Amino acid sequence: MTVVVWVDHHRGQVQPASWETLGKACDLDSSVVAVVIGQDVQGVAEEAIRYGAGKVYLYDDPVYADFRFEPYVAALMDVIQAEQPVLALFPGTTRGRDLSAAFACRADLGLAPDAQDVQIAEGKVVARRPVYSGNMIAEVVVETTPAVVSLRPRAATMPEADPSRQGDIVRKGAILAEEAIPTKVVGFEQTETGEVSLTDARIIVSGGRGVKGPEGFEPLRELARVLGAAVGASRAAVDAGWIPYKHQVGQTGKTVRPDVYIACGISGAIQHQAGMRESKIIVAINKDPDAPIFQIADYGIVDDLFKIVPALTEEARKRLGRA
Amino acid sequence: MKYVVCLKQTPDTTELPKITPEQALAGNEGATLVLNPWDEYAVEEGIRLKERFGGETVALSMGPESVDQALRSALAMGCDRAVRLWDPSFADSDYWSTALILARGIEKDGGADIIVTGKMSVDGNAAAVAHGIACKLGIPLLTQVARVVDVSDGRITVERLLDEGRETVTAPLPVVISVVKEINEPRYPTFIRIRKASRTPIPVLSAADLNIAPEEVGQAAARVRWTHLVKPEPKKRQVTIIEGDTPEEKARKLLDYLMDVEKVL
Ligand SMILES: Cc1cc2nc3c(=O)[nH]c(=O)nc-3n(C[C@H](O)[C@H](O)[C@H](O)COP(=O)(O)OP(=O)(O)OC[C@H]3O[C@@H](n4cnc5c(N)ncnc54)[C@H](O)[C@@H]3O)c2cc1C
Ligand SMILES: Nc1ncnc2c1ncn2[C@@H]1O[C@H](COP(=O)(O)O)[C@@H](O)[C@H]1O
Repeated sequence: MTVVVWVDHHRGQVQPASWETLGKACDLDSSVVAVVIGQDVQGVAEEAIRYGAGKVYLYDDPVYADFRFEPYVAALMDVIQAEQPVLALFPGTTRGRDLSAAFACRADLGLAPDAQDVQIAEGKVVARRPVYSGNMIAEVVVETTPAVVSLRPRAATMPEADPSRQGDIVRKGAILAEEAIPTKVVGFEQTETGEVSLTDARIIVSGGRGVKGPEGFEPLRELARVLGAAVGASRAAVDAGWIPYKHQVGQTGKTVRPDVYIACGISGAIQHQAGMRESKIIVAINKDPDAPIFQIADYGIVDDLFKIVPALTEEARKRLGRA
Repeated sequence: MKYVVCLKQTPDTTELPKITPEQALAGNEGATLVLNPWDEYAVEEGIRLKERFGGETVALSMGPESVDQALRSALAMGCDRAVRLWDPSFADSDYWSTALILARGIEKDGGADIIVTGKMSVDGNAAAVAHGIACKLGIPLLTQVARVVDVSDGRITVERLLDEGRETVTAPLPVVISVVKEINEPRYPTFIRIRKASRTPIPVLSAADLNIAPEEVGQAAARVRWTHLVKPEPKKRQVTIIEGDTPEEKARKLLDYLMDVEKVL
């Protein structure tokens, strides 16, 4: 049995969820084939071997420099043809979900997006995935071979890289010529400033209406820096324009499952809970003892966040010895 | 120019937690049904495209009669027409069958220059139907669209929101775009428009109208099957309220718990 795993990277920078997905594929007791598509990404292919791939298809060509559906789907069709896998597994990152859907439809295959778990039982792929915005879990049997599944970031454990692992790299070039690709990328503006990304974060410090303004996020950012955490927000804070939408956690924002979620000045509306309920440990800092967030929290501090957050930062700085 | 907005009717998000697995499997959720929140942005963008570049905006949905309500919300916001696609054989269609039905509906209505969809539905959470529509129509797809920069000379230019930044992309028309929240601020329908929308007839196209055979859609064609639905076992959480005389004391105690007991820091 073969499982094909697509590796998500941006200009050679690999999304950690890719390795989690590769690790999951290795656990499925099958031969694991990674697919790396990009320009000058030999290094990513080598990394994939260190993380457990037995074989890597490397589509390296200028047509793959930017993520575009047409050339990427064509490359995947090529791999599937050659490998006849039972399962094509994608990290459930933004690109991973996009590509898995475009590819699955093109190949007329069953898709289970954003799965928490995937198994192969008697030759059939079964995935468990949240539906109804996290309010229900569906067990999905995929009736096609291969099956296409995307795996939610942080649903599987991060494997250890092993530099002694060996594997084959199969080099491939462009399947579609540039002239045959209708979409053209004409610009890119980096907005990410080395912040920890919400979906990959082990720790998230999140702020709501209680932070009272854009400057109210400063103490939270400070704490996040000391903890190596990402900064999240409720929709109320985003709608007020205090912080960009990409920080929003919840039903119409991101779904996260960090080890620790620290909610500061967030009441815990059902739509917010939908995005963070799965966190391992939830800490709530809120002035109102009756705030619903305390019903789903493991630890609560009933107090002014503007007193507690700086005290936490100070104390964490001492103990963790970080700037 | 013609713009088609594909929209879905979904349960009101505040009622999602109350829906039982039995109700969900039976396809009768017993909840208030509304326009899928993500699709409000698609409707708004469909109307703005018309305002910016001229033409007409049509709201399109695949679903039973109750879906007329969501289509009427779109009309009340400013769409010119609405079309509903339904046939008993369409029930329980998977993503690709749904996409096929929508694609045929668009073709039957005379095609479109720009097809606008939401990012995902709050019930199915697939974020896949837009991909399916583009695939079935054999036209380009642009996802995560946060701004339509321009439509001219038979091409569209948009900004896409990536995790790493903003990307500017162009594609020839016709095209499918799926939009994210950042793209706009959906308008509220005016009273006069609501009244007008309530009287607008909404034509329904059936499987026969769309030339779709029963085995192409519904359960018969499903590439995935939902076997079990369960409520997630809510993690048993017992909140420990941290007491202390000063913020510093509370902070110390919390860190003790996180570092020594939970070992997560
Ligand atoms: C369709 C739909 C989708 C939605 N999607 C989302 C979503 O994705 N994400 C989301 O978050 N919301 C979402 N919402 C909105 C949600 O219903 C709530 O309105 C929102 O989460 C409230 O944000 P909040 O907790 O920051 O604000 P509030 O509910 O106003 O809570 C603020 C809290 O701060 C506390 N506070 C104030 N000052 C202090 C202080 N100095 N120290 C400590 N505590 C303080 C207060 O006691 C209060 O509990 C959605 C709503 C709808 C209808
Ligand atoms: N039954 C439907 N009728 C019309 N449009 C739909 C339908 N289902 C999904 N869509 C569109 O596809 C988008 C993605 O939905 P989904 O793939 O179900 O998460 C939605 O935001 C809608 O714009």
